[in-house]
Amino acid sequence: MNAPQRLPELDNGLLRFLTCGSVDDGKSTLIGRLLYDSKSILADTLHAIGRTSKQRGLDAPDLSLLTDGLQAEREQGITIDVAYRYFTTGTRKYIIADAPGHEQYTRNMVTAASTADLAIILVDARKGVLTQTRRHSTIAHLMGIPHLLVAVNKMDLVGYQQEVFQRIRADYRDFARKLGIAEVSFIPISALNGDMIVERGDRLGWYFGPTLLEILEEVSTDRTESATHEGRFRFPVQYVCRPQQAEDPALHDYRGFMGRIESGEIAVGDEVTHLPSNLKTRIKDIQIAGQSLSVAFAEQSITLLLADEIDISRGDMLFNSAAVPATRSSISAHLCWLSETPLDRQRTYLVRHTTRSVKAKLASIDSRLNIATLEHEDATGLVMNDIARVTLRLAQPLFADSYAENRVTGAFIVIDESSNNTVAAGMIL
Amino acid sequence: MTTSLLTRPTLSHLDWLEAEAIHILREVAGQCANPVLLFSGGKDSICLLRLAEKAFRPGRFPFPLLHIDTGHNYSEVTDFRDRRAAELGERLLVRSVEDSMRRGSVVLKTPGESRNKHQSVTLLEAIEEFGFDACIGGARRDEEKARAKERIFSFRDEFGLWDPKNQRPELWDLYNARTHRGENIRVFPISNWTELDVWQYILRERLELPSIYFAHRRPVVRRKGLLQPVTPLTPAKPDDVVETLSVRFRTVGDITCTAPVESAAASLAEIIAETATTTITERGATRLDDQTSDASMELRKKEGYF
Repeated sequence: MNAPQRLPELDNGLLRFLTCGSVDDGKSTLIGRLLYDSKSILADTLHAIGRTSKQRGLDAPDLSLLTDGLQAEREQGITIDVAYRYFTTGTRKYIIADAPGHEQYTRNMVTAASTADLAIILVDARKGVLTQTRRHSTIAHLMGIPHLLVAVNKMDLVGYQQEVFQRIRADYRDFARKLGIAEVSFIPISALNGDMIVERGDRLGWYFGPTLLEILEEVSTDRTESATHEGRFRFPVQYVCRPQQAEDPALHDYRGFMGRIESGEIAVGDEVTHLPSNLKTRIKDIQIAGQSLSVAFAEQSITLLLADEIDISRGDMLFNSAAVPATRSSISAHLCWLSETPLDRQRTYLVRHTTRSVKAKLASIDSRLNIATLEHEDATGLVMNDIARVTLRLAQPLFADSYAENRVTGAFIVIDESSNNTVAAGMIL
Repeated sequence: MTTSLLTRPTLSHLDWLEAEAIHILREVAGQCANPVLLFSGGKDSICLLRLAEKAFRPGRFPFPLLHIDTGHNYSEVTDFRDRRAAELGERLLVRSVEDSMRRGSVVLKTPGESRNKHQSVTLLEAIEEFGFDACIGGARRDEEKARAKERIFSFRDEFGLWDPKNQRPELWDLYNARTHRGENIRVFPISNWTELDVWQYILRERLELPSIYFAHRRPVVRRKGLLQPVTPLTPAKPDDVVETLSVRFRTVGDITCTAPVESAAASLAEIIAETATTTITERGATRLDDQTSDASMELRKKEGYF
């Protein structure tokens, strides 16, 4: 096997994407094809797949077996959980979140979508835009995935006809407009034959756009690109470093505030405001492992040293923009119920938002999304896979942005304090 | 203060992975009362130590280091382990599978049986002894199928068991490390790293490694398509053909079940070049215990293995 040189010459960062579709849409075949054509499948894995394919009476190695994980799933022949796959092209590293497409697994797609920069929505060229396509697109939109890519697959089964692709694209655009999805890309592919995935093939000559891999290579990975929160510095404090017992006397007064910049950027000398105290101070130093930086930006894990002594602990927030994170004691949110145990309206739950945990109670269920019809309807309870618009009352305030503005400071999870299980995911409105 | 979209820097893939791992380590420190970091002297846990320095210096690590020693480790690796912990000035705990055997909690089927899977017992005993509520480990999702679905914060019940059908949902970077007494969380900060990422990080950070990661000459025999080192623990059988080859270890576990690969790569750059072009996965090339069935790792994990 002739493996390529895969050393990054130009490091173009890391892209996380999600593939949506059922087994029938050729999702596993697409992932297998990306891994195979980018030479990310190694010889022993291929050998194992060949052996299993043979046991199942197949002639050719079934690339979909690559994404077929746990023994429990193999016994049932279905995928029950999100699996993560990795490949690199030499310029960019990719993390694929492979979520099962069955109706009952909305929660898996929500999980996979929460960290995705891009979603590939697979449409079977023979079937066009289906209920399932609309469902996946709705969830991808709700979860704020910045880039949507509709891949019209199985073009080989419709004679590679341009009209089929154009019709599906028009249908999808109609629906996307109603949903409020601004930007979508479209690509015709045959995952089975590898057309327009990594190689162009010679059967889709009427398509002049980039291949699927070229789209993945070129899409922006700036996760804080949203114009609405440009430059809004958000720094939830994770941990306070106070090495008082250190041998170096210079460290006796050291108080480093550790965390990750969730959006915006910061420079030494900048003024920042602390929540909940609302006190202002200046950045004295920015450090990583004791080394000073003059500026730091979104997604970097750093330590901040401040000019003034303010009582700051985990769960607090530093910010520097005119746009203040809202201090909310009640939140409206989209909530996806993840647990097999239904919501209990009488109980108090724990909400975790950035590094802060507060107790919360449901005030109201404003509407529930019917995932089949995509209509909003009245509801009195929530069970697993339900997505609803709710209002929660909080015991202490959160410092939050809306999810549409900021996917980090607008997101939360709900924890059942008796089981300690994560039971719901929330997106603040 | 704000820069335009065109000039805003984005992180390289290694910077992103590093920042994610630091964030995860700090979440452990922020959420858990009594965590521990598993340090074997292997390359993945060597990366973890560097990440812990980046996460917590100039402070001390908010956790001790723990090694579960099978008693069948290469001395180059255990010497390195001790030296590295001393250089960092951090507390190293070692608990040994041989002690579990003396206590009778580990019973080998045959004296020569690999002790690798029995590490689970000793680990669970150490968790109970010290009351650890979180164990940080260097496992990666690219290593094996069963790991591809493992959470970054992976819940284990009071028997240390992993139930793949009953994992906590994990969304965004909101990790749930809550446990009841006796339960614990396994935390994998480099879940999203591949073997190549690990080598690239070691090169970038100029991390020191035990010498057996680099090409050296060693007597080996060929078994099941893999190289088995000839050592006092794993002597050659009468009809074995012993060859002395230039080899290196891609992973340095228990002597009885970790195989080196044939290689002349004597520097990190050469190892990276080989890793980038290799055609065999790390586990496939080096693990004599994962070849039994497609589900070997899943079964061991369910029993509390890392």
